[in-house]
Amino acid sequence: MTQLAPVIAAANLTKRFGDFTAVDGITFAIFPGECFGFLGPNGAGKTSTIRMLYGFYPLSAGSLEIFGRDLHHNLREVKYKIGVCQQDNNLDPDLSVRENLLVFARYFDLVREKAEARAQELLDFFGLIHKQDARIPELSGGMQRRLVVARALINDPTLLVLDEPTTGLDPQSRHQLWEKLRQLKARGLCILLTTHYMDEAAQMCDRLMIMDQGRILVEGAPLDLIGRYIGGNVIEVEEPGGELLEFLKGEGISSETESTRLLIYTADGEALFRRISQQYCSAGCTLRQATLEDVFLKLTGRGLRE
Amino acid sequence: MKTGLQTISWRFLRIWQRNWDVYARTWRINFIPPILEPILYLVAFGAGLGYLVGEIPWEGRRIGYAAFIAPGLLSINIMQNSFFETTYTSFVRMYYQKTFDAILATPLNLEEIILGEIVWGATRSLMATAVMLVVLSFFGILSYPSALLILPVAFLGGLAFGAAGMCFTGIIPTIEVFNLPVFLFVTPMFLFSGTFFPLEQLPFWARAIAYGFPLTHIVELCRPAALGVYRSGQVWAVIYLSLFSMVTVPLALFLMRRRLIH
Ligand SMILES: Nc1ncnc2c1ncn2[C@@H]1O[C@H](COP(=O)(O)OP(=O)(O)O)[C@@H](O)[C@H]1O
Ligand SMILES: [Mg+2]
Repeated sequence: MTQLAPVIAAANLTKRFGDFTAVDGITFAIFPGECFGFLGPNGAGKTSTIRMLYGFYPLSAGSLEIFGRDLHHNLREVKYKIGVCQQDNNLDPDLSVRENLLVFARYFDLVREKAEARAQELLDFFGLIHKQDARIPELSGGMQRRLVVARALINDPTLLVLDEPTTGLDPQSRHQLWEKLRQLKARGLCILLTTHYMDEAAQMCDRLMIMDQGRILVEGAPLDLIGRYIGGNVIEVEEPGGELLEFLKGEGISSETESTRLLIYTADGEALFRRISQQYCSAGCTLRQATLEDVFLKLTGRGLRE
Repeated sequence: MKTGLQTISWRFLRIWQRNWDVYARTWRINFIPPILEPILYLVAFGAGLGYLVGEIPWEGRRIGYAAFIAPGLLSINIMQNSFFETTYTSFVRMYYQKTFDAILATPLNLEEIILGEIVWGATRSLMATAVMLVVLSFFGILSYPSALLILPVAFLGGLAFGAAGMCFTGIIPTIEVFNLPVFLFVTPMFLFSGTFFPLEQLPFWARAIAYGFPLTHIVELCRPAALGVYRSGQVWAVIYLSLFSMVTVPLALFLMRRRLIH
């Protein structure tokens, strides 16, 4: 994959607002056909990074190349080939569903017939055809979000950027949207997304990075990250006794306390689980697969951010 | 990082088109004010007050009060249409609807968006003026063909007031604060720009201030055109309005960039 020229090459990307540094010198590259995830707690700097990608925020320092071209000097040309779904729903409430797509198509200089055809195709694909004449406030949250993604695809972009496309949706809408994104990815579209849903990020993203306080904590393929930071399994023990803690310490097994629970991270879950459940478990203990969420919480901590 | 003014291309017309599409959906509602307003004013001021006032001396002639205020009403209409478009309406698009944020992810840049809004404001002034001219024609107080010159004046005056409105939009913290420029900027002009009485009625110092108002210059252009009189002073009014726009348009672009791009 690395032989290909990157779609996005960011080096030392920095965004400051006055004295505050929102993005603190991050370096990453995204390659064609890849789905790349930005994960991180609120305020990590994900949206600020994305806003630099389409020129909304000028860079404070660093360099940014998209499609091999310096963004600052080629902003307009680059924007023709990017589709952006911003974090806020900023559909045009003065226009109908279909008009939202057609008016956006005009910003990309699509001629009328082509815009009509493309809008039709996208309304079909996202299941919005029966709502094509509705006003935006008449749409459910899930429909609005699908329309924002449809709008981001109107120019047939080479790169699709999605900032929290599924936040605030009910599970049905969320799964429906993820299903659509999977289909787009299968067609070879390069996708960059941010999300708070770890399970979906783990399924969708070829690679991802976890950010906090404007910096990249880790970057890699989801399974590699789980293997590297957690191991294969997690054993959860309710109200662990002192003996168990001593045993783990003696064996050098990593663990973490979360209020009344102990989380034990291990590569070799079953043998250890049998031993713990027989000897040290009084209140209840379970063995489960390690997830990306474990990695995320281990790296970014469990404290609230807002 | 301040990048200064970006290159502005014809793409600002895309914003105009977007606003036109929205306008075309609701044109019936949009047409009501320019139809009803002159009728209400002419009935109240022309018939009611005019009966008491009688004729007004203007440029060495005496004209009926309704004929005197008709160009004033046209001028106020020019001011209000573009000014309210680029203040309240643009603010709603910018702040509440986040329309500009969405458009910034397309090939357009901020300067094109803002210029498109200002030119659209001028277009609203032009369209409302056209409707109002038709209505006023029924009262038989406009002189044709010279009254048609009011149309280009409407666009130029609309540009000036649209840009001025956008400057306020660039600095206003919340939408309620627009009351301030309306009270301090629009209302004094509404009353003291030669709209309802000749400026000669004012003491010298007040007349000097009135000549600083852009609305005064719009009235200076509209009244002779409406009455079919040609005067030489009009070229100064055109120069004033052009210079006013040449300052306020770039200022509006600068203030909006400062507001929106961090
Ligand atoms: N325009 C701005 N001015 C000042 N601070 C900002 C601005 N935009 C974002 N920030 C700050 O930068 C930090 C990162 O924000 P953001 O990029 O939105 O994070 P995320 O999307 O990961 O939640 C936050 O602390 C936020 O308050
Ligand atoms: Mg965000």
